[in-house]
Amino acid sequence: MDRYTKQTIMKGVLWASALITISFLVIIIGFIVYKGAPAISWEFLTEAPRRSGRLGGIFPAIVGTIYLAGLAVLVATPIGVGGALFLTEFSKESKFTRFIRFGADTLNGVPSIIFGLFGFAFLVYYMGFGISILSGGLTLAFMILPTVFRTAEEAIRAVPRWDKEGSYALGATKLQTIWHVVLPQSISGIVTGIILGLGRAAGETAPIIFTAAILNPVLPESIMQPTMALPAHLYTLTSEGISMQNAFGTALVLIVIVLVFNMLVSLIRKKKALRR
Amino acid sequence: MARRLSEDMVKGILGICAIFSIIIIFLIIIFLFREGLEAFSYTNVIDFVFGREWNPSKETFGAAAFIVSSLLVTVGAIVIAVPIGLLTAIFLAELSPQRVREIVKPAIELLAGIPSVIFGLFGLIVIVKYIRITLDQPTGESILAGSIILAIMILPTIISISEDSLRQVPRAYKEGSLALGATHWESIARIIVPSASSGIMASIILGVGRAIGETMAVVLVVGNVEKLPTSFFDSGEPLTSTILLEMGEAAVGSPHYYSIFALGILLFLIVMVLNIVSNVWLGRGLKRG
Repeated sequence: MDRYTKQTIMKGVLWASALITISFLVIIIGFIVYKGAPAISWEFLTEAPRRSGRLGGIFPAIVGTIYLAGLAVLVATPIGVGGALFLTEFSKESKFTRFIRFGADTLNGVPSIIFGLFGFAFLVYYMGFGISILSGGLTLAFMILPTVFRTAEEAIRAVPRWDKEGSYALGATKLQTIWHVVLPQSISGIVTGIILGLGRAAGETAPIIFTAAILNPVLPESIMQPTMALPAHLYTLTSEGISMQNAFGTALVLIVIVLVFNMLVSLIRKKKALRR
Repeated sequence: MARRLSEDMVKGILGICAIFSIIIIFLIIIFLFREGLEAFSYTNVIDFVFGREWNPSKETFGAAAFIVSSLLVTVGAIVIAVPIGLLTAIFLAELSPQRVREIVKPAIELLAGIPSVIFGLFGLIVIVKYIRITLDQPTGESILAGSIILAIMILPTIISISEDSLRQVPRAYKEGSLALGATHWESIARIIVPSASSGIMASIILGVGRAIGETMAVVLVVGNVEKLPTSFFDSGEPLTSTILLEMGEAAVGSPHYYSIFALGILLFLIVMVLNIVSNVWLGRGLKRG
């Protein structure tokens, strides 16, 4: 075979594999939308489930997911941004900073089911928080911490040196410079990390199934109570074959949430790219 | 003086934030091992890892079937995902027009963001059914179904890290090869891909780690039969599935409970070793490049 014919064939193969990759996404989302849309109605979104989710809606699961993901972000954001500030503003590149980054990467690689086991042994049992929003939210916070941390670090590192130096030249202290120059300039990057974390926390099942989730269609009244959550509800509906239609409806709601978060992130990135 | 003091205080607080990840890892290790090591006072390690029978009611805990299932599902996923992922990465780094890239990149990011339980639902309704009906198998809930769904899930990991390392190959390598009369494809296959091989290896190892640790997508499609699988069409039950399915029924402090944590230790160790190996490969590529 001629080398140029071979090249043409191989380029065709490269195009084809990119197309296959994209088609996975299109097929999965298309399928969930197609199967889930018939289940969606005002009642489905605003009512509690009846008969273990066979009938009724998913309102308590939506609320529960907001509580869990919200708590996770509330806890992970200050720690993540604080850690990022420490790395970028308060320390020089050293073995220690590499160790910190290695720690975050390692935590990022821990399987979600291990977070579930850990959350149960440490938070539910040892700390005595019980199966609760607190236990689930904290478990999720630990899981998304590396995402928030590394994105914030990248954003803060991108702040130009001369801006900081200008601030120092005007007599500002380090803390003033961080508060008035570094953080405002990196806020869009930090927010990107928070939204990414929010999306991940909303979609994870394994970490909350032992620590927070139950199939009880009442709204939680405090952070010490367990709650329903979208991904866990979806898992129960599917694995026990309770109602495939409602499972697809729940999946559609979950996928819309993830899509919205994704769009927000790319919007922020685009805006930032335009400003430069 | 006061300024110095408050700055030091802030530095201290931020320092604690910075080492928080490491604190959590230590806590995970402590609690996983505290509960899991207890299992080895009932079953010795060899019997636990190689034992064929897992029967909580008889207090027999042999995890071989779970380990083999985990390995098979992962091997299958890699065999499917590596060619597609690597070729897509090459496409993005070398061939893609900017406008196509602007569609493909966000699509891959989105694929990475889809919750795993949704992959499971899709796998159960589409892939399992396909295997049962079209491939005419007694059950579609199989290792193969798990491998396919995992392959789709780890594609983004393999693509993004491979693409990054392909892009880090110095331009001069490619230009030199083209100047010597090689075609673009020959330059890709003989020069660019081999130069990026350590990054590509790192992406694959990371993909293995993701696949072996994934729970929700797999548990819905593999059938969960506690039997040693012998083919890709057999049902199986990976480590993650067992932990998920049996945690609810095990009484805290029972041998069963401890044994589930011991499975957790096994999984944790496997994934940590893979992550560290992947990091080393990635570092090696950076140093050379």
